[in-house]
Amino acid sequence: MCGTCGCGVAALPGGSAEAAAAGGAPAEIPVRPTRQLGLQRRLLERNDLQAAANRSHFEQHGLLALNLLSAPGSGKTALLEQLAARWPRPPVGVIVGDLATDNDARRLQTAGARAVQIRTGDLCHLEAHLVERAFAQLDAAGMELLVIENVGNLVCPTGFDLGEHLRLAVLSVTEGEDKPLKYPALFRSADAVLLNKIDLAEAVAFRRDEALANLAAIAPAARLFEVSARSGAGLAELIDWLEQQQRQRGLLARAHHHGHGHGHGPAHAHG
Amino acid sequence: MHELALMEELRRLAVQEARAQGARRIHGLQLRVGSQAGVDPEALRLAFAVVMGAADPQGHNRPDDAELWGGPITLDLEVVPTVCFCPDCSQEFRPVDVIHACPSCGSLASRLLRGRELELVGLEVS
Ligand SMILES: Nc1nc2c(ncn2[C@@H]2O[C@H](COP(=O)(O)OP(=O)(O)OP(=O)(O)O)[C@@H](O)[C@H]2O)c(=O)[nH]1
Ligand SMILES: [Mg+2]
Ligand SMILES: [Zn+2]
Ligand SMILES: [Zn+2]
Ligand SMILES: [Zn+2]
Repeated sequence: MCGTCGCGVAALPGGSAEAAAAGGAPAEIPVRPTRQLGLQRRLLERNDLQAAANRSHFEQHGLLALNLLSAPGSGKTALLEQLAARWPRPPVGVIVGDLATDNDARRLQTAGARAVQIRTGDLCHLEAHLVERAFAQLDAAGMELLVIENVGNLVCPTGFDLGEHLRLAVLSVTEGEDKPLKYPALFRSADAVLLNKIDLAEAVAFRRDEALANLAAIAPAARLFEVSARSGAGLAELIDWLEQQQRQRGLLARAHHHGHGHGHGPAHAHG
Repeated sequence: MHELALMEELRRLAVQEARAQGARRIHGLQLRVGSQAGVDPEALRLAFAVVMGAADPQGHNRPDDAELWGGPITLDLEVVPTVCFCPDCSQEFRPVDVIHACPSCGSLASRLLRGRELELVGLEVS
């Protein structure tokens, strides 16, 4: 699936896992006696700290930040093209993670978004420090909505907070009604689920009741929007909800009164 | 989940803690992994082996923490079962399946009390 997270690790360079774990010197006898250190360090603490810093940076700009997650091809970029074209106070900012090409970023710019690309290579998810760097390249003036399009993957991005306010998971009708049961952690972490490609529902004999029941069972608190990036159906409801989220957080007032601009590289600092 | 990135973080944290406590060698690491953390324990073990074996300790790729990793290293993984909270019954429960329904009232829990952990909880050092 992805080359870097262990799911793609087929062969270890140079012998067994044990030999590799021994750091290359398996013959040496450990120095004893040993003592035990009790600790409590979260493996994601560094990412979480950067994510918190990102969130407050976004808020200083009055930005509502979204993390958009789905399997490859569910329609994340297509939905963002629609959102960018319809958002009442453009431009929408987008940070898009894509494996190799900059196709998605160009599609989004054509739709009126300000888009920066994170070239993810074989990385299977985005991390907060990558988002920080990408955001420094984005001109945030006059912008009030920032969407981070994550790498298309239903497993790896789940545990990584990027500094978003809301997580939106996309499920398309062509993927199968039981996706939420197969990837519960991702759908459970979502504040909203966008059920996309509903224009194709009939053609693929989509069992809507079953899919909605599965979503409700896994993510009972998530908002559901049935949308089509092809026809634009459901986008108005999504935009209403996002504007409501902006108001609840008091972001709108700040968005258009913030003085400092971006686009001057990672050395950017706040006064 | 990104097991390699996590195991690189594990190595960094272990070295930081070991040095802070004046240890010369790390012999074992204890990790607590929630069953909902989105990682597969076997994939974690593999990724750990890759991270520990990535640099050649004798060659010019010698990592600057090489002195801490002299001998065999044990990695203990404790898997933490999922525990949910039912707001209607004000009680904890262990879900029996992927759907987190309360066994007493059937309500769906949206809050996890335990099961997302990914923590370094101990080091054996000398
Ligand atoms: N009919 C129909 N096609 C759609 C819809 N949304 C997306 N598509 C098509 O689905 C394909 C994938 O869409 P993308 O927007 O590239 O999907 P993505 O989630 O951004 O994909 P990755 O970035 O590769 O993970 C494209 O051919 C889109 O035109 C929709 O609502 N209806
Ligand atoms: Mg895309
Ligand atoms: Zn991965
Ligand atoms: Zn700024
Ligand atoms: Zn209950």
